[in-house]
Amino acid sequence: MADTATTRPTATGPTGLDIQGWTCPAPLRDSPRVVLGHGGGGVLSAELVQHVFAPAYGGPALAELGDAARLSLGGVRLAFSTDSYVVRPLFFPGGSIGDLAVNGTVNDLAMSGARPAYLSCGFILEEGVETEVVGLVAQALGAAARAAGVEVATGDTKVVERGHGDGIYINTAGIGLIPDGVDLRPQRAAPGDVVIVSGDIGVHGIAVMSVREGLEFGVEIQSDCAPLHGLVQAMLAVAPDLHVLRDPTRGGLAAALNEIAAAAGVGVVLTERSVPVPEAVANACGFLGLDPMYVANEGKLVAFVPRADADAVLAAMRAHPLGAGAAIIGECVEAHPGMVVARTGLGGTRVVDLPLGELLPRIC
Amino acid sequence: MCLAVPGRVMQIEERDGTRMAQVDFGGVIKDVCLEYVPDLKVGEYAVVHVGFALQRLDEESARRTLELFAELGTLQEEFGDPWALAADPDGMARHGSEEER
Amino acid sequence: MKYIDEFQDPGLAGKLLDGIRAAVTRPWALMEVCGGQTHSIIRHGLDQLLPEEIELIHGPGCPVCVTPLETIDKALEIASRPGVIFCSFGDMLRVPGTDRDLFRVKSEGGDVRVVYSPLDALALARQNPDREVVFFGIGFETTAPPNAMTVYQARKLGISNFSMLVSHVRVPQAIEALMQSPSCRVQAFLAAGHVCSVMGTAEYPELAERYRVPIVVTGFEPLDILQGVHRAVLQLERGEHRVENAYPRAVRPEGNPQAQAMLRDVFEVVDRPWRGIGVIPDSGWRLSERYREQDAEYRFSVEGIRTVEPAECRSGEVLQGLLKPHDCPAFGTLCTPRNPLGATMVSSEGACAAYYLYRRIDGPGAVKEATPVG
Repeated sequence: MADTATTRPTATGPTGLDIQGWTCPAPLRDSPRVVLGHGGGGVLSAELVQHVFAPAYGGPALAELGDAARLSLGGVRLAFSTDSYVVRPLFFPGGSIGDLAVNGTVNDLAMSGARPAYLSCGFILEEGVETEVVGLVAQALGAAARAAGVEVATGDTKVVERGHGDGIYINTAGIGLIPDGVDLRPQRAAPGDVVIVSGDIGVHGIAVMSVREGLEFGVEIQSDCAPLHGLVQAMLAVAPDLHVLRDPTRGGLAAALNEIAAAAGVGVVLTERSVPVPEAVANACGFLGLDPMYVANEGKLVAFVPRADADAVLAAMRAHPLGAGAAIIGECVEAHPGMVVARTGLGGTRVVDLPLGELLPRIC
Repeated sequence: MCLAVPGRVMQIEERDGTRMAQVDFGGVIKDVCLEYVPDLKVGEYAVVHVGFALQRLDEESARRTLELFAELGTLQEEFGDPWALAADPDGMARHGSEEER
Repeated sequence: MKYIDEFQDPGLAGKLLDGIRAAVTRPWALMEVCGGQTHSIIRHGLDQLLPEEIELIHGPGCPVCVTPLETIDKALEIASRPGVIFCSFGDMLRVPGTDRDLFRVKSEGGDVRVVYSPLDALALARQNPDREVVFFGIGFETTAPPNAMTVYQARKLGISNFSMLVSHVRVPQAIEALMQSPSCRVQAFLAAGHVCSVMGTAEYPELAERYRVPIVVTGFEPLDILQGVHRAVLQLERGEHRVENAYPRAVRPEGNPQAQAMLRDVFEVVDRPWRGIGVIPDSGWRLSERYREQDAEYRFSVEGIRTVEPAECRSGEVLQGLLKPHDCPAFGTLCTPRNPLGATMVSSEGACAAYYLYRRIDGPGAVKEATPVG
C-alpha cells in the first residue's frame, strides 16, 4: 500500500501512478522497464494487464479477460476484440503479418461464438520500409479478409522514425454478432468436460522461428494461420451449449489451458501422448530445447465440451477441413483447481505451468 | 548441459576451408560443422551440439542396446549379465568382433 | 533408426524398471551429473517410477547455474556498452547477476542477441564490421570444442571485431570436489554422456578407484537414464566400483581426438569458482595465451565489479545435492522462475527450475495448489 512517508519518488504524469501503491506485492516493482517477456502471453503479460492496465481503465467487460469482449448494445449481443501484430519476420512460410492481422482477430471473435462481420485496421509503419512491402502485406490482408468473409470498414496509418519499429505493426479490431443461446467463456469449464484440440499444435511458432535470424533451419512447416469461425459454427450446430473455446496463440496450448483452468477454478488433466504434434515440429522443438505445448498456433482451437456432446462435436470437427486432425487430449477435473497436469508417456505426471515470458532456445 | 540431438548428414561441402554439412534432424535441416568428425559420410548419423557434430552415432551399437533392453530378464536368467557380456570394463566391445572403432 | 523415439519406448522402460526393482535390496543414492539428465528425469517423471530405495541426487551439471557471479556481472557490463553486440545462448538470458540480467540489459538498450551456435556470433561479426561482437562462451566439455573452433576460426580468418568471454567448467574435477566434501552422500555417478563423447572415459577410472564409486556413462533419453541407473545399481549391489559405458552408441573410450586436440590448443586449465560451491582447482578452462586477442576479458577491461549473492539463496547446497529444491524455504515463494534468487532456478536445467517447471502433484516435491498468476 502507498506509504506517504516514502522516500522513493512517485511517477509523475496524468495518472499520478504511485509505484508504491501496487495492489499486491507484485514483482513488477523490480522490473522498472518493460521487457520482451511482457509480450509473451504468459505470466509477465498477465501481470502487466492485472497490475497496470486493468486497475487503470478496466471495466466489467475487460474483467472477463476472454479472447473477445461480449457486449450488449441496444439489445444485440456483440463480440468485440482487438489485437496487435508485431511478428518478425513479416513474411514466413504459409503466411504473413497480413494474414495474421485478419485471422487473429476473426478467431478471437469466433471463440465467443460470434460470426465476425467487420474489422478496423491500423498500420504503424517504420520510416524507410519499402512501399512495395507495405503493398504486399496489404494485399495479403485483403485476401485473408475476403477468404474469411469479413470487411475492413475503417483504418488508420501512422509512420514512426526509422529505428523505432520492426518495419510494420498492425492493429486490427473486429466486431461480430453472437447468436442466441451461445455462452462461451472460460468460467464455464466444468469438471467432466472433455478437452478437444482441433489439430496439430506448435506449427505456427516453429514456422516463424524457422526463418528468424540465428535460428534459420529448413523445415517443411507452413504456418497454420486460418479463420476458424466456420469450424466453430459446425461445432455449435451439433452442440450449442459448448462451454469454452480458445485459440492457443502466444504461450501455446499451455497458456490457454492454464488461463481457462484458473478462470473456472477447475483442474485439467492431459494425456501427453494424445496431444497431436507433427514430427517435424517435435524435432525442431527438441533441437531448440522447446516444449511444443508453449509454441504459438494461429489456426487451431481448444474446446471444453460437455461430456455428453464430446463424440458428436469430435465428429463434426473432423468433418470440417480445419478440424480434420481433431483429437481428445484430456479432461476437466475437480482436483488441483487452476492447475494443468499431464500424464507422461511413461506413466509419470508433471504440472504444465503457465509459460513465463519469451520462448528461448536453450543449449542445456 | 548438453542438448545434443541426433541428425543425419545429407550433403557435405567446404566453406572457408571448413568442412560443413547440411544435417537433417527429422525434418529440421541445419548447417553443421563437421571438423570434429571429419570422416563422417553422407547418410550417417551424428550427435550435434550447438551447430557442431561431436561424435558419430553407431547404428549397430544402438540396435544392440535396444535388443538388450528387450531381452532383459530372459537373458539374465540363462546367461548371466548380458550387458557385462557385451561390454568390457571400458565399456566398448563388439559381439563376436575384435575391431575397435 | 531415428535414435530418439526408440529410446523412449514405454514397454522397454517397463522392462528396465523391472530389472532395477529385481536388483535392488537396499537404499542407494545416485547422482546424475548433467543438467540435461536432470531435465529428462523430471520431465518424464522417471524419479516417480523408480523404486523408493533409489534416490537421485541432482548434480551441478548445469553450466548456467555454476557460471561465477563475477563472470555474469562482467558479461552484463560488456553487454551494456554501446557499439557491442553481445551474443549468448538462450539459457543465459535470465541468469541473475548482482542486480540485473541480460534481459534487463536488453530492455535498457543493450544489443543482446540469442544465438543457437557460436558460429552465428562469428557470422554477425563479419556482417557488422563496425561493431564489437562478443560471445558468451559458457558450458562444459561438450560446448568447449564448438567454442574453441569458433575462436580458432576468428583468428584464422582475421575477424578482428570478434571476442569471446569464456567460462568453461570441467566435470571430473567437480566430481572429485563433491566426493571430497564430508557431507557427500553420493554412492554412484551417472556420468554425462555427451561430455564423454568429447573427452572419452579416460579421466574416470582413477576417480572410481580412489573413491570406490561406480561411474556409469549415461545418455539422456528415458531408456538411457534407466539403463544408467540399472547398471549402477547392479554394481552397487555387487560391491563393484568400475567405469561402465551405458551410452556406447555415442561414446567411445578415447572420445573425440580432434576435439581434444583443439581444446589443448585453444584453452588452458585454470582454477574456477563455481557459483554456490566455491573454487574447485583445475576445474575450468580459459583462452590460452595464443588466443589472448580473442579474449573478451582482455579486450574489455571490466573494473570494479562488486558481486553480491542474495542471502536466501541456497543454490550451492542444491548443486551439491545436499538440499532438495522443494526443501528450500524460498522455493516457490521468494524464489520462482519469474523471480529467481539463484541460478538453479533460472534455466530448466537447474534442479530448482526443473522441480518447479515439471513439479508433480504427488511423490517427491508434490504441490497441492496452483501458483497464483501474478
